[in-house]
Amino acid sequence: MGARRRWLAGLAAGLLLLAPAAPRAETQHHEITVFAAASLSDCFRELGITFEHWTGVHVTFSFAASSLLATQVQHGAPADVIATADEVTMSKVADLVEAPHPFAHNRLEIAVEKGNPKRIAKLADLARSDLAVVLAAEEVPVGKYAREALAEAGVSVAPRSLEADVKAVLNKVALGEADAGIVYATDVRALPAKVDGVEIPDSQNVIATYPIAAVKKSADAESARAFVNFVLSEKGRDTLAHFGFTAPRIP
Amino acid sequence: MRSMPRLLLAPALAAAGLIGVPLVALVWRAPWGELAPQLVSSTARQALGLSLGCSLSATALSFALGVPLAWLLARTAFPGQRLVRALVTLPMVLPPVVGGVALLLAFGRRGLLGAWLAALGVTLPFTTAGAVLAETFVALPFLVVAEAGFRQVDPRLEEAAAVLGARPGFALRRVTLPLAAPALRAGAALCWARALGEFGATITFAGSFPGRTQTLPLAVYLALEHDPDAAIALSLVLLAVSVAALVALRDRWLGA
Repeated sequence: MGARRRWLAGLAAGLLLLAPAAPRAETQHHEITVFAAASLSDCFRELGITFEHWTGVHVTFSFAASSLLATQVQHGAPADVIATADEVTMSKVADLVEAPHPFAHNRLEIAVEKGNPKRIAKLADLARSDLAVVLAAEEVPVGKYAREALAEAGVSVAPRSLEADVKAVLNKVALGEADAGIVYATDVRALPAKVDGVEIPDSQNVIATYPIAAVKKSADAESARAFVNFVLSEKGRDTLAHFGFTAPRIP
Repeated sequence: MRSMPRLLLAPALAAAGLIGVPLVALVWRAPWGELAPQLVSSTARQALGLSLGCSLSATALSFALGVPLAWLLARTAFPGQRLVRALVTLPMVLPPVVGGVALLLAFGRRGLLGAWLAALGVTLPFTTAGAVLAETFVALPFLVVAEAGFRQVDPRLEEAAAVLGARPGFALRRVTLPLAAPALRAGAALCWARALGEFGATITFAGSFPGRTQTLPLAVYLALEHDPDAAIALSLVLLAVSVAALVALRDRWLGA
């Protein structure tokens, strides 16, 4: 009996300790799900933590290729916000979302092994037969952009593999299975210990525009819009810039 | 019909529905009108051909390697036997993506055996051979667990064969293997079905390239992003093949 009472006392003390945090949680428990392009994963995770800290709204993320996310939203996946890596993909769900806002730009870079042992300096090098090059599949935004850049540079590449999203391309390079892959500049920054980036000049580069929109069917439209506004805010821009994205030109 | 506790009825129906409804939905939503053009499209034929080739090769490899191991586990005793048995059946429960990463760390360019393989001029990642290896990794255990088939063979029959002058190889071929055959065939069929459906280890280890490593499940996954009808059509092919394998297994080999 004594042990049990002590146990109950401990529990009560624990609850008292938790008490200061309680009012915020009690008012109402808000939670939203954000579908975001794979290339946004690191940046959005950080934005999510700040947003939750400021507003008390818990954010759950689902990161994948934009095109897959769009398909999931079309089939009624419970997303409150969707952010894609291109405007074409967003237009596929135009009926299901509120007006999309462009919030960031990204550029392509060639990801190479740390230290660039194969001395890759430009897109044209990717045609070298001694290199194992991987690209994202054409169905994925970064794969489409990569093909545009290669076409612009007049380079024809025989990729070893067409990966399902940009992080898979990056990982093949990071693991040393591929010598080079075309990814977003922000992805290269995300793995500084494993890969280096080779810049692609503006004349050949493709600038990706990322739109974000609240989903019309959201169960918590207010929190969804708040998150969109937060990404578009000063703080959102700063964080995006920190991860290597550039701010959209203000209309 | 036997009377059944009511308590069991609801969960039993739920179980059947849980599996049945998604499969019915797949058939129901199938673009029947455009099915034929979808299936003769070059992507579908290429993926189907590659899948059949890879899964049959993986089954043959699993048979050639798995059956001897199954026999060894069933008929001999050696130190560490339990560990070996646990290890080779592990891929049955291991997430296939983990298998893919493990394969990269073993056979990749920077892998444990990578430099040695490169010296021999063998590259596995991003090649069809790599896809076969990935499928074998996940499917082989289904033949190793067929060791139960060898266990069912009465050792006295093998002894009798030996007494009658049969050499061990002859006894194995004419006595043990025929008696263990039903278990081995069932194992091979499950092994093949598993290889055919393999996704995670293949995309991780072998990548995805049409005609080289992009097998049917990978094609379904990618098609889902831009052409859901094609994805459903390809899924139907996999479903039909799986059902056919199951029916063959039941009627011919397990005696219903």
